Amino acid sequence: MRIMLRARESRWLAPAAVLVAVVITLLLTAGPIRLAGANPVAAYQRYLVTPLTTVNGLSEVLLASTPLIFTGLAVAIAFRVGYFNIGAEGQYLAGAVAATIPGLYLPSLPAVLALPLAIGAGLVGGAVWAFIPAWLKRHARIDEVVTTLLLNPVALLLVQGLLNGPWRNSESGFPDSDAYGAGYTLPAIAEGGRAHWGLIIALLLVAITWIVMSFTPLGLKLRAAGQAPAAAKFSGIPVARLQWRCALISGGIAGIGGASQVLGVQHQLTAGISNGYGYTGIVVATLGALTAGGVLLVALLLGTIAVGAQNASIALQLPTQMGAIVSSTLLLAVVSLVALRRYRVVFRRRRGTPEHDGQATATDAQATVGDR
Amino acid sequence: MDFPVFAVLAAMLTIATPLVWAALGAVINERAGIMNLGIEGTMYAGAFCGFFAAATSGSAWFGLGAAVVAGVVAGALMALLTVTLGVNQHVAGIGITLLLVAACDFANRLLFSSGSQTITAKFDRLFAGGGIFSQYPLTYVAFLVLAPALWWVLRSSGFGLRLRAVGENPEAADAAGIPVARTRYAALILGGAMMAIGGSFLTLSLLGTFTIDIVSGRGWICIALVIFGRWKVWPVVGGALLFAVTDALQLQLAITSLFSGVPNELMIAFPYLVVIAALAIWGRGVRYPGSYLKPYRRA
Repeated sequence: MRIMLRARESRWLAPAAVLVAVVITLLLTAGPIRLAGANPVAAYQRYLVTPLTTVNGLSEVLLASTPLIFTGLAVAIAFRVGYFNIGAEGQYLAGAVAATIPGLYLPSLPAVLALPLAIGAGLVGGAVWAFIPAWLKRHARIDEVVTTLLLNPVALLLVQGLLNGPWRNSESGFPDSDAYGAGYTLPAIAEGGRAHWGLIIALLLVAITWIVMSFTPLGLKLRAAGQAPAAAKFSGIPVARLQWRCALISGGIAGIGGASQVLGVQHQLTAGISNGYGYTGIVVATLGALTAGGVLLVALLLGTIAVGAQNASIALQLPTQMGAIVSSTLLLAVVSLVALRRYRVVFRRRRGTPEHDGQATATDAQATVGDR
Repeated sequence: MDFPVFAVLAAMLTIATPLVWAALGAVINERAGIMNLGIEGTMYAGAFCGFFAAATSGSAWFGLGAAVVAGVVAGALMALLTVTLGVNQHVAGIGITLLLVAACDFANRLLFSSGSQTITAKFDRLFAGGGIFSQYPLTYVAFLVLAPALWWVLRSSGFGLRLRAVGENPEAADAAGIPVARTRYAALILGGAMMAIGGSFLTLSLLGTFTIDIVSGRGWICIALVIFGRWKVWPVVGGALLFAVTDALQLQLAITSLFSGVPNELMIAFPYLVVIAALAIWGRGVRYPGSYLKPYRRA
């Protein structure tokens, strides 16, 4: 018995791989759920079904998904062009800090001016945080993975430093900023729900990314630069410049995500503003196959699990970290099975069969998620 | 001002210890061609499993053993994903880190939810009161045993040669009869164990207890140190000492009157910024291992 590259992939294989990955995830996570003294079936129902059955639950899912759409999209754009931005967490925090500046120092602006200003500030803040690694990558060829990673704890320290210093709450003395001016509130989408217009901005960015990536020459160049940089360079595509621009755009989108969260939910800056959204964005982007539509779907799925995890922690006394266990197990299971589907098991080698046929390399090059 | 030079140097060696263990583990991984971003989660798992085993058994040695097991499992999982399945290394590593951190926090909530901090058996400093020589056993092992041994292994042993061969040119290594996959598995398992030992230093030597976010980015520091040290043992140890001395200095300076006006967070961020600056200055045009980030497939 040996494992060989598949010559040709049948169409149903990828969805089948994802389905098997979901089943494996449910089986694997049943163990810890049992350990915590809960019934796995009841827990999965809480995670995946209950949040979607009530209007309030749906609104909470949209609220929880909003930051994940931003960070997932940010990561997807960068990864797509071959720039491994692991710093969405820091860029998101920098965006939240930048949006706070007008919120605190120009509190009386009306909403028409205040919201564009604060969201623009978030964009700039995120892009500035992405600037240093991108610059070092372009001019000194220093690996962006390391520098973007290192700037994440620095961004958190920046937030904490501001909250313990100049932005300490003037009434309570707690390390939370004062509330922003009244104009700095992203309105709710529907009366009574907490989902806010940040979601609309996120959807707009998803649509723009989808159109650019799928239907424009620029999108083609970006995909070429990410998939086969050497070939792209050879055909005259400025790979380094595209990576540089996408790095800044990626940081900017993560920054808008941070701005959307402070303007739509908290209305003040707090140290717990992120909850690891930047890192989860990597999960979202990867499971979404680095496409805009995929990011949207996966963000909604992980948003559902996050709301379900809150829900289950109250109803079943299941610690909320179970939600993160489920989503990271799902990530590892999906990338594994998507990689596995490119192989087939051959039980008996027939005489005269070549070890693997020429087409396999071609299939191999049509990159899957796991192969990029 | 009477500056406590020896206190800073003693603190430097202590702070550098977990970094040396984990960064040298990462050197082994990366010399074999694999960047393991699971390092942060592996250190976290080492810290938690070590603490848990020591707390239940009452023996710090038992805790250390449990940390090694956790590291071996994490390394084997990384190997399964990246070597056997050829999954993107960044994604696999980040996924492992997210999973291990969430799993440890989950277990921590279940096992130790009853309010008060559990204090566990821990290692004591050797030569108590001996100034700069009053260090934990793992510190001595890191600098006097681990680093020289690894330097020799990578440079002169057959295993080190095979390790470097599969990292530089797996096609040639394969042609020469070196089992590429098996060598990479060995590298990831050995490196994972070292990362977990580094993590367990935080709970079993320094604190004697476990707190949420105890590793707090030390794994990422190690990934940077490996590039800064260009995948060589002694420069990586030097980088760890550089980071540790800035950290020790900021701890000392933060309590002096000269720096009383500087926000504490800026002081804590300072070592991170030093590492980035050091990368920017000395990290230009480094030569990465030949098959860095590339899964190997026999064509």
